[in-house]
Amino acid sequence: MTNHPLLGWAVGAVVLVAVPFVYHDPYHLHILVLVLIWSFAYTSWSMMGRFGLTSLGHGGFMGVGAYVTALAWNHLGISPWLGIPLAMLAAALLALIVSYPCFRFRITGHYFALVTLALSGIVLQVIVASRDWTGGSLGFTPTAAKGNSVLALQFNSKEIWYLIALGVWASGLLVWRLIDRSMDRYALEAISEDEDAAAAAGINVTWEKLKITLISALMTALAGGIYCQYQMFISPDTVSGISVSLQMVFAAVMGGVYVALGPTVGAIITILLGEGLRIGFGTKAVGWDNLIYGALLVLFIIFLPQGILGSLLERFRSRPHAIAPR
Amino acid sequence: MDFLDVFDIYLLEAVLNGILLGGVLALLALGLNLIFGVIDVTWICYAELIMIGMYGMYYLVGVYHWPYWAAAPLCILMVAALGALLHLLVIEPLLSTPPINQLLATGGVLFFLQSLATVLFGIDFRNLGIRLPLLAIGDMNFSYARLLSFIAAVLGIVAVYVFMSRTYIGTAIRAIAQDRHIMPLMGVDSRRLYIITSALGGSLAGLAACLLVLQYDVHPFVGLSFGPITFLVCVMGGLGNFIGGFIAAFLLAEIIAVGGMFSDLEWGYVLAFGFFILMMFIRPAGLMARRR
Repeated sequence: MTNHPLLGWAVGAVVLVAVPFVYHDPYHLHILVLVLIWSFAYTSWSMMGRFGLTSLGHGGFMGVGAYVTALAWNHLGISPWLGIPLAMLAAALLALIVSYPCFRFRITGHYFALVTLALSGIVLQVIVASRDWTGGSLGFTPTAAKGNSVLALQFNSKEIWYLIALGVWASGLLVWRLIDRSMDRYALEAISEDEDAAAAAGINVTWEKLKITLISALMTALAGGIYCQYQMFISPDTVSGISVSLQMVFAAVMGGVYVALGPTVGAIITILLGEGLRIGFGTKAVGWDNLIYGALLVLFIIFLPQGILGSLLERFRSRPHAIAPR
Repeated sequence: MDFLDVFDIYLLEAVLNGILLGGVLALLALGLNLIFGVIDVTWICYAELIMIGMYGMYYLVGVYHWPYWAAAPLCILMVAALGALLHLLVIEPLLSTPPINQLLATGGVLFFLQSLATVLFGIDFRNLGIRLPLLAIGDMNFSYARLLSFIAAVLGIVAVYVFMSRTYIGTAIRAIAQDRHIMPLMGVDSRRLYIITSALGGSLAGLAACLLVLQYDVHPFVGLSFGPITFLVCVMGGLGNFIGGFIAAFLLAEIIAVGGMFSDLEWGYVLAFGFFILMMFIRPAGLMARRR
C-alpha cells in the first residue's frame, strides 16, 4: 500500500464526486450541500483567522453576498451569474473601506475584532432598515424561475447543487493551498508574530493584510450568494449579523484554523450536532444546540486552541515513525 | 415657552432625546471600558449579562411582585456575581494567551447565555408592566425612564471615578491597569483585584439592566440590539478611556436620535455606524487619543 499523498487526494475526489450518482436520499444530500457551503464560508474566515486577523465582520460579507445577489435578480433582473460576482465585488469594496484604515493605522487584535463586529452590525441594520426592498426581518425570497434554470442558477435537483457546492468548496481548498505555498503565507505569519519586525524585514504589512482580507471577503460573499441560490430564502439573521460571524469563528476554531480541512471538520460537527438535536428532540431542542456550541467554544479555546483536526494532526505528526515524506 | 419657538420644536425634542439616549449608552459603555482598561479583556457577552439582569428584574418584580427598589440591588449583586464568575471560569485560564482568545471565549459565553435564556425563559417578549409617565415640557415629550437612566449613568460614572481615584482598592486597580506584570512582584494579589474589577463591571451591567428593563421588553436576543452600539461607543472613545467613551456615547446618540427623526430609527443607527467608520479614518485610536 503506497501512501503517496496525491493518490489519497485523487481517491477522495472521485468518491466525493461519485456520491450524487449513486446516492439519492434528498435529506442527506441537503445536509451534505449545507456542510459544503458552510465549510467554504468557514474556510474563507480561516484564511484570515489563521494569521491572527480575527474578523467578526464576515457575517457582513456573507449578508452582502446573499442580498446583493438576490436583490439584483428580483429588482433588476440581473442573472446570479452576474449578480454573484457583483455581490463579491461589493463585499470586497466594503472590506476595503473598513480594513484599509484598520491596517493603515495598526488597528489589530481585539480592536480589529470590534471594528469588524461593528461592520456586521451595520450590514444587518441596513438590511432591516431598507425593508421596502429587502423585506426587512421577514426575509427575502428570490423570484423563482420555472424548473431548472441555468440562467437563474436555480435547480430543483439536489444532485446538481451537491456538485456545485462541491466545486465551490474544492476551489476554497485550492485557494488555501495556493496561499499556503506562496511567499505571502510567510509574510503574513511574520506579521502575525510581530508587525514591526516584519515591516523592518521589508514586508509591506498593510498590503499583505489587505490582500488576504480581500480574498477572504470575496470568498465569503460567494458563499453567501451560493447559499441564497440554494436555499431560495434568506433572512437578515441567517446570513448576516454578529451571530453568523460568531458561528463562523466557532466552527473554524473547533475544527482548527491552522489546517486546510479544519473548518470543514468544524462545519461537519456543528451541522450534525444541530441536526441531531433537532431530529432527536424536535422543538424542545430550540436553543440547546447553541447552548452546547457556546460551552464547547469556551472549552475549545481554553483546552484545545488548535481545534480538533489541528490537535489530531499534531499528535499524529509528532510520533517519530509517522512522519509523512514531504 | 416663547424662546422655544426659535427652534424647530421636533429637532429640539430629538436633540434632547439624543442626550438622554446618550446617558444610557454611556452607562452601557462604562462597565465595558472598566473591564477593558484594567484586565485588557473585551467582554463580547457584556450585553448578554445585561439581558440576564433584565430577566432577573422581570422575575423579581413582574412574577414574584417584589417592589422595584428592593429588586434592583439584588439584581445588581446577582449580575456582579455573574461577572466575577465569568472572570474565574473563562478569563482566568486564558489570561496568558493572546487577548483575541479571551474575546472569542466570551463570544462563546454570548452564545451560551443567549441559548440558556431561550431554554429557561422561552423566546417570548416580556415586560415589567410598569409604565412610567411621559414627561411633557412645552410641546415636547420625554421618556421618564430615559431621564432616570441618564441620571443613573451620570451618577454611576461619578461613583466609578470617585472609587478609582479616592479609595485604596481603586488606586490598586489603576496601578494594575498600568502594568499587570510588575504589580504581583509588589506583593499585590492581582487575582483578587481582577475579581473585584469583574464584579464591578458586572454590577454596572446590572445597573444598566435595572434601567433598561423599564424601557424595553426582555427576550433572549435583546442583547444583540444594543450590544453592537455599545462596542462602537467604546472603540470610538478609545477602549478603556472613560471620558472618550462618555463623549462618544453622546455623539452617537445624537446621530441616532436626529438621524432617526428624518426617517426610520434603523437609519439613524446606520448613520451612526457610518460616522463610526469615518471616525476610524480620522481618529483610529479613539476620540481622546493623543495625536502622534
